[in-house]
Amino acid sequence: MTQKLEYLKESPSQTAGPYVHIGCTPNFTGIEIYGEDLGASMKTGPVKGQEITIKGTVFDGTGTPLRDAMIEIWQPDGEGLFNSANETRGQADPNFTGWGRSPGDMNTGEFTFETVKPGAVPFPDGRMQAPHVTFWVVARGINIGLHTRMYFEDEAEANAADPILTRIEHQNRVPTLLAKKEADGVYRFDIRLQGEGETIFFDI
Amino acid sequence: MTIIKNTGGFVPRDRNWQPAALTPQYKTSVKRSPQAALLSFPTTLSEETNPVFGHNMLGDLDNDLIHNYAASGESAIGPRIIVHGRVLDEMGRPVPGALLEFWQANAGGRYRHKKESYLAPLDPNFGGCGRTITGEDGSYEFRTIQPGPYPWPNGMNDWRPAHIHFSVFGHGFAQRLITQMYFEGDPHIWLCPIVDTIDDKAAVESLIAPLDMHRTVPMDSRAYKFDIVLRGRRQTFFENRVEGM
Ligand SMILES: [Fe+3]
Repeated sequence: MTQKLEYLKESPSQTAGPYVHIGCTPNFTGIEIYGEDLGASMKTGPVKGQEITIKGTVFDGTGTPLRDAMIEIWQPDGEGLFNSANETRGQADPNFTGWGRSPGDMNTGEFTFETVKPGAVPFPDGRMQAPHVTFWVVARGINIGLHTRMYFEDEAEANAADPILTRIEHQNRVPTLLAKKEADGVYRFDIRLQGEGETIFFDI
Repeated sequence: MTIIKNTGGFVPRDRNWQPAALTPQYKTSVKRSPQAALLSFPTTLSEETNPVFGHNMLGDLDNDLIHNYAASGESAIGPRIIVHGRVLDEMGRPVPGALLEFWQANAGGRYRHKKESYLAPLDPNFGGCGRTITGEDGSYEFRTIQPGPYPWPNGMNDWRPAHIHFSVFGHGFAQRLITQMYFEGDPHIWLCPIVDTIDDKAAVESLIAPLDMHRTVPMDSRAYKFDIVLRGRRQTFFENRVEGM
């Protein structure tokens, strides 16, 4: 016998189910109890840096768009600072929350985020990571929220030196993490849950 | 050089304790589950930081589902309950300032949603959502009515146990979690294909809230206790190398 390690176990995840929007974006479902849905706007005033739009759709293994997903994104400001209580490197842009939440379009499932192009953030060993946006996807049929990252196809040089992108065994899958530039300041990032072109998901 | 860091990365998720992505008994998972292996790497600032939610964003009735959608002077129909507990991390430390959002069916098992097709009636005084933020000791509570079980299209005769959905924000995006709370004694728990996505019986049991007679309000509400555990974060460690090497 040894002494016991008295750690707790993380609560198991359960699917967000078909009605996640009642709890997380109630105004979107017509339940008006709070003010604006949380995460509906990432800007609370004029922001620093390049303003961009991110659009995309989540597809299942048959190529059908999900219309009951909830997508959250989390990112630093234009200078690479997070608007977070545990950001210790400096003061982030106070007009930029860094966090967005979207139920997607009611009919098409397409999500849209009005945000800023994120600055670079260091990896734990000090190397700089390429600019990226963290994504988290939940929906009916997804048992535990899926983490992934969106990088920018027009940051080829930074991407080529990124500590995570360069570590991926199947380099032919890296493009699943790259947002495509559709127009000036507009990026498309489609997420494929399964099958051909399956997005790389992270165990972080 | 020895560096003392006060904060470290998050402890990796125990994927054997968590449900797998592909769980054929829950049919919708079949075409919505990634097939390739997940890419594992240590958490970085992107996962170790989290948006800020202040108590000042909360309205007085945000944690009272009996009244937050009801007409003035009225209240939702159903068994009145208090749900309370603490949000902790795997190290056993309380997680203060965690945002909890919850949603549920009404006492008849019906959600207020346009895609909902169950024939049970809507309760005009019940919206079905609430939210709160944990206190300094990680504690939270809210008032609601006990939701009813409901049938759902999966197998020919599948019913969800009574449950409340929870969305939790802790102190890092890596801790982001959505789960469900079940009620002690509900025989549907062990028949449900969604509960069954969790392999470990002890893991399922960690989602079952016991009746808590110590916190009932006599002649008013019964109480259920539901603690939530988020991933642990390494707090302090020593390094005998120069930073950046
Ligand atoms: Fe439900």
